[in-house]
This record gives sequence, structure tokens and C-alpha cells, in this order.
Amino acid sequence: MITSSGIFSIITFIYGLAVVFYAVSWVFKKELPAKLASAATVVAIAGNLGGIILRWIESYQMGYGHAPLSNLYESLVFFALCTATLYLYLQLRYKLRIVGLVASPIAFLAMAYASLVNSSIEPLIPALQSNWLIAHVITCFIGYAGFAVAFGISILYFIKAGSSKPGQTITDKIPHVDMLDELNHQMVMFGFLFLSAGIITGAVWANQAWGRYWGWDPKETWSLITWLIYASLLHARLMRGWTGRRIAVLSCAGFIAVIFTYFGVNLLPGLHSYQ
Amino acid sequence: MNQQAARNNPVNRVWKFFASVKLSVVVLLALAATSVIGTLIPQNASPMMYMQRYGDTLYPVFKALGFFDMYHAWWFRLLLGLLTVNIIVCSIDRLSATWKIIFPRKINFQASRFRKSKERVEWREGDAPDQLFNTCKEFVSRHFRHVSTQDTDNGTLVFGEKGRWTRLGVYAVHTSILLMVIGGLIGSLYGFEGFTNVSEGEAVQRISLKNSNKKKTLPFAIRCDDFSISHYESGMPKEYRSTVSILKDQEAVHQADIRVNDPLRYKGINIFQSSYGRIPEKFTIVFADPGSGIAYEKQASLGSRIEMPANKGTLIIEDFRDNFRLRGHNIGDSFICRIKRGGQEEDGQTGNFFALPLNYPRFDRMRQGDFVISAKNVDFRYYTGLQITRDPGVPIVYVGFAIIIIGCYITFFMQHKQICVELRGSREGTDMMLACISPKNRPGMKAASRKVALQLQNQLQSRER
Repeated sequence: MITSSGIFSIITFIYGLAVVFYAVSWVFKKELPAKLASAATVVAIAGNLGGIILRWIESYQMGYGHAPLSNLYESLVFFALCTATLYLYLQLRYKLRIVGLVASPIAFLAMAYASLVNSSIEPLIPALQSNWLIAHVITCFIGYAGFAVAFGISILYFIKAGSSKPGQTITDKIPHVDMLDELNHQMVMFGFLFLSAGIITGAVWANQAWGRYWGWDPKETWSLITWLIYASLLHARLMRGWTGRRIAVLSCAGFIAVIFTYFGVNLLPGLHSYQ
Repeated sequence: MNQQAARNNPVNRVWKFFASVKLSVVVLLALAATSVIGTLIPQNASPMMYMQRYGDTLYPVFKALGFFDMYHAWWFRLLLGLLTVNIIVCSIDRLSATWKIIFPRKINFQASRFRKSKERVEWREGDAPDQLFNTCKEFVSRHFRHVSTQDTDNGTLVFGEKGRWTRLGVYAVHTSILLMVIGGLIGSLYGFEGFTNVSEGEAVQRISLKNSNKKKTLPFAIRCDDFSISHYESGMPKEYRSTVSILKDQEAVHQADIRVNDPLRYKGINIFQSSYGRIPEKFTIVFADPGSGIAYEKQASLGSRIEMPANKGTLIIEDFRDNFRLRGHNIGDSFICRIKRGGQEEDGQTGNFFALPLNYPRFDRMRQGDFVISAKNVDFRYYTGLQITRDPGVPIVYVGFAIIIIGCYITFFMQHKQICVELRGSREGTDMMLACISPKNRPGMKAASRKVALQLQNQLQSRER
């Protein structure tokens, strides 16, 4: 009988395959590899979701019984699922395969990193035994996925804006900068809504568990820093008319804050350090 | 001239300063940047620890800048205050304009905006415009409010509009931030955050307040009836549980189990399971003569003052620590003691403290005192560490939470939308044009136009059948 860890190993490989197909399609301007890449993404998403469900069942069989959203490994796997689903949606909605080129590596890297960390199913420590855990982790990681895709789009923006002249270069396939700018904005709004919800569910949970909804713990503070960066992006864009390069720079800065909130804070003392 | 004067009026200039979105962006980024400091420097730790870490030069500088409690420092509060004023002034400044858009006296549509828009979809119907008009109008009025029509030289225009009110979403978001600020203020003015340790069987009414030396007396006493820990097979902690009773005039009026994530809320005061520990109740202190090896034993408890043999002074058991760290090494459970020599003045501060680790009975030899002192036969009693808070601002903050989510959703994903369907008569029938536009001009509008056009085409076909 295959285990969830086994599924996730295969999925990592399929995400990697999608990355390669997207790249081949882009460089050689061929349709077939792009279709294969999309198909690989669909398979990977299905497997990713299936693996999470299986892991949930496994945790019940072990007698712990909790949603697989409780440690670094499980959060990485869930993050990969969110990112892949989001870029596949964008690809279908806006007919833009190129988004997969920059977003699929993020899903792949998340899974690859997951394979390096402890993957055993552990029971929940008392602090995590709460229904808020599920709401908090899901909202946060959907938000992170939005920011990750926005980051990918920002990179595309820099490539496209940096290419000198149109015609006969591989940057032709990248949509117009205005489109990228708008997509970036859309993804940031999406991420912002979910990050807000994530911070709020975290605050309500903290009030439930420790009697304060905000305690300036490093993870809380870094999530607020992330929120503030994206809030300033939204204001600069909607009210000051910032577009293009400056928005892409802010979007990247925001994603760096996301990464630090996610991983960097584990290096600092606090309630959220997973180890 | 008058206008010039009005612009230079100091009140107007201050208003303009606070109404600027540039200020918002600067303050938001400044808050983000300065918040980093408090995640790198541990907050509200002991001065000792800061001295060790930052040394003589940096310590006073950091202290003066309030870095050791930076989220309550004057300059950080000033930034928060600036943001609050900025939000209020911005919202008031723009609300009147938005209000006029949302509730106009008369709605005007400009056909040219739709005809030129990139989002438009065009097709041809076989029938004449007047045969199609009613269906079109019905269709638009089913999906949009504020429908109006306008005749042109060779046909008709049908306009529709919806979602004007969604422009209020952003004001909801700003109001929610203000609610959180107000709730936070109420909490810090009328609430408290304290902690106390209660050993099994004991009751406590006075608690210590967090980040200060102050104490607070609760309107009731908390008695710990029982404390228990359970573990998973792997040894990981599974549950910390305190059974506590609320006492009023020595009488239990309420009893409950408190677990992590499952606090007791009693009359607006919340009691949380926060930590636990052990206190030694009774134990034996052994004085071994390093020369003869003769050992003297004495019974003791925390705070005991024990006369040492041969009038060598008084041993005072000051404290007990789990996992005591001595010069960076964890020496485990230890008693902290000092010795008072006969005749000397009582002075708790200058006495030389030393540790007696339970796991290393011969540890005290290093002190080279008159005796090698150690402790044994320790009877432990558990105590539960409770966090006790009251925050009357929470309901307001929670309302803010709800509103910000709804407001963000409205602002980001709902839009003020306008539609125009043009019927232009031609020899073959009617040239149709449909365009959905939004003042925010999202890329999705083209797709939306196509979708709506398709629905209308189906509608027109089914009319024919």
C-alpha cells in the first residue's frame, strides 16, 4: 500500500517535469510541451490533494487524528498545492501558459524542500489542539500562494520590460507588460485578502489560547510587516497611480517578507518556531 | 486671490498633509521597517541580559530609543497615531466625492466610452432593432440596476449599471482599522494581562502584571485543585490540565478544567493554562565536612534558614529553579542559596548566591566553603502557571476583524460595473454592440463582456422560437 510520503515523492517529480515542459515550450516556442506541462500540473495537483487526504487518514490510523497542517513539512506540501492550483486557474482563465513557467518552479521548490525536512506524522502538542489551526493555516497559505504567483509575475515583468525590441526573441511569448501589471495587482489583492484572514484567524486563536489577540511575537510581527508592505503597494497603485516596475519591485519586496515570515522566523525565538 | 489665501491657510495645509496618500504609503512602509527591530531584539527581557548582549556602548543607546519595548515606545505610537489621523482625514476628504458618485442626482451615460472600449463585443442579428429592443432591455434590467435607454439616429442604446455602493468598501476597511485601534486602546486602558503560579491545594488572589513590577488583586481567588500532564507514547506532551475553583469569601462558587486552548472565562476575566512547574515542599540538606567527611542532615523547606554546624553561619534557601543555567551550562533542578555569617547585617542583595544542583551532590565542593552542601529527598508539589487577562476591547476589535474581511472582499472583487447594448439598424438586420466596463478596468472585463454577450445572444434566439 502506497503511503502519502510515497505519493509526495512522485508528485515532486511531476512538478519538476511540469517545470521542464514549461521551459521547453517557452524556449522552443512549441505547443505540445506546453500542453504536457499543463497536463503534468493537473496530475500533480490531483496527487497532491490525494496525498494530503491520505496523510489525514494515516494520522487517524496512527491514533492522532489531525488535519495535515501542523508542521513545516505539511505546510510546504499544502503551499505547493495552493500555488499550483492558483497558477493553473490563471492559466485557464486568461489563456496564459507563461504563468506556469514562473509559478511551477515555486511549487516544485516547495515540494523539494519538503522532502528535506522531517516528514513523520506527529501528534499535536497541546498548543496546536484547536479548530482554529485549520482555518489559520489554510487562509495563510492560500494568501502566500497568491503572493508567490504575484512574485512570479513580477519576475516575468522584469524580463519582458528588460527585453529591448519585439520580434524573434523568446520574450515575445510573454504577454504585454500592462497585462502582467494587472495580473500582479490581482494576485496581490487575492493574497492580501487571505493574508488578512490568516492574521485575523491567528489573532482570534491567540486570544483563545493565550488571552491576547496580539502580542508582537516575531511571527505575528513579520506577518504584519508583510501586510503593511502589500497595503502600501495597493495604496500606491490605486491612489498614486503607480504601475509597472515600481509595483513589481514592491511585490517582490512583499514576497521576501512572506518568505521571512514563513522560514526566517523559525530562526528567531517565539511561539511559531516549528521545531 | 481668495483661493490662493485659502490654499495657504495653515489649517488647510495641515489638512492637506494628512489627507495625502503619500503620507499613508510612507507611514505604512515606516511601520513595516521599524517593526523589524523588535523581532531582532528580544522585547521586555531583563536589563542583565541586554547588558550582556549589547555591551556598555549600545545598551544605553538602545534603551534611550526604547528598543527594548519598542512597540510601546513613543515614536512607534506616534507612527500609529499618524496612520490613524491619516486614515480619518483621507476618508473624510474623499467621502463626499464618492458619495456624489454613489448617489448622483442624475445618471449620465456616455455612449462613446462604450463604443471605443476594448472590451466591446460586436455581432449581427437578422431582425430589425425594434424587434430586438424589448428583449435587450429586459435582459439588461434583469442583470443591472439603473437601466436607461437612449435613441440614436439609426437605433437605440440600452445602458445598465450596478455596484455603485461597492465604492464604499474601502471606507469599511478604513473604519475597521479605526475600530481595531479603538479596541486596542480600550484594552490597554481598562484591561490587564497578568500571571500567577498556584500550587495544588493553594488559592491565589493577588497576581503579577506582565512587563511591570505591579500586582493586582482579583475580585476572586483562584484555587488549583489539581494539575496533571498526560503524554503521548513518544513522550511528547498531550495535555496540560488544571482543575481550578473560583473562590469568593473562601467559598467555591465555580469549578472548571482549564487546558491549553480551552480557558476559563469568568465574569469578564479569562484564565489560561500557560505553564507549569514543581516546587519542592520538603527536603533534606546535607552538610558534609570536607576534612572528616562527617555529614550532618537537616530538614528544610523553601525559604528556610538553617543554622550550620559549628556556628559557621546561617544557610538561607532562597529559591528553586528547574533547569538552572550556570555560566551557560544547564545544571538541572537546583536550589539557590546564600550563607549569612553571624553578626553581619542582613542584606539580601550583596549575599553571594550559589546553586545546589540536585543531580550533582558533590557540585558544592567547587565553592571550597566550610561544608560541602547538597540537597536530597525532595518532595515536589506541582504548581500551575496561569495567565489571567481582561480585555474589554476585544468585541470591538472582533467587529473590526469582520468588517475588514468583508470590506477587502468588496473593494477587491466586487465592482462598479456599467453595460451598454447598442442596436444599430442596417440592411441585413441589426448590428449589435455590447460592452461591459468598470471604472477599475480589470482585464477580466473583456471576458465578462463576451460572457454577457453570449447570454444575450441566447436570449435573442430563444425569443425567436
